[in-house]
Amino acid sequence: MTTRREFLVLTAASLAAPTAAKAQLDPNLAANRRAAFQEALRRIVGDAQVRRGRVKLTLPPLIDNGNSVPLSVAVESPMTAADHVKAIHVLTEKNPLPDVVSVALGPRAGRASLATRVRLADTQTVTAIAQMSDGSFWSDSAEVVVTLSACLEEGLI
Amino acid sequence: MARAVVTLPAQAKRGEIIEIKTLAQHSMETGFRRTQTGELIPRDIIRRFTCTYNGVEVYRADLHPAIAANPLIAFTTVATETGTLTFQWVGDNGYSVTEIAPIRVE
Repeated sequence: MTTRREFLVLTAASLAAPTAAKAQLDPNLAANRRAAFQEALRRIVGDAQVRRGRVKLTLPPLIDNGNSVPLSVAVESPMTAADHVKAIHVLTEKNPLPDVVSVALGPRAGRASLATRVRLADTQTVTAIAQMSDGSFWSDSAEVVVTLSACLEEGLI
Repeated sequence: MARAVVTLPAQAKRGEIIEIKTLAQHSMETGFRRTQTGELIPRDIIRRFTCTYNGVEVYRADLHPAIAANPLIAFTTVATETGTLTFQWVGDNGYSVTEIAPIRVE
């Protein structure tokens, strides 16, 4: 369902960027992406509650080229045998596949951190989720504006 | 052809957290791009990166097509004992690269 607010945003977007709007207005694509994101999220966390905090996701707010975007994740944790980060997952909302990277680590890592470079297909929200040794999940999100999308050939948005 | 670079300190104090940077040479073809004639270019990516310290796995990353070409992975580990760190990248089409780096711990 399109709310009034979404309709206005889409209309504005279609005036501003005709190619982006074409893809945006395909209702199935947007819905499929959202479903894929939810499914990936469920696969990672199951029925557990995801809380905000403890995770710091760093991405540049404005990205010229979506083909290579520096991304780093740091999680607050003492990283001891009793209390450490077990896994870090990064998900995107609008890439063709929601998964970006999944890291498995433990107390031997010393610090719960990850730095890499990713591809982003569109202006979107990127989410990092950390799984702690006690089974809890913590997350952080970053909104990014992408000027030149990765996977341009497909007109993916 | 397949190459990888690993940067880490040659020596460290016991218990020190060391930073490791790894870079593998790989195009990370997503499987979503098409050629000019419209054929889909098959996926060819690195699926998994593992770092083992004297045989014990300390860090593992599962990569997906959303990782940029020539994947950079930077992380940390605790310098526990003198020995070797083994880095392995495994991917589609039988891609497999292993790098070994020694470390001296005092």
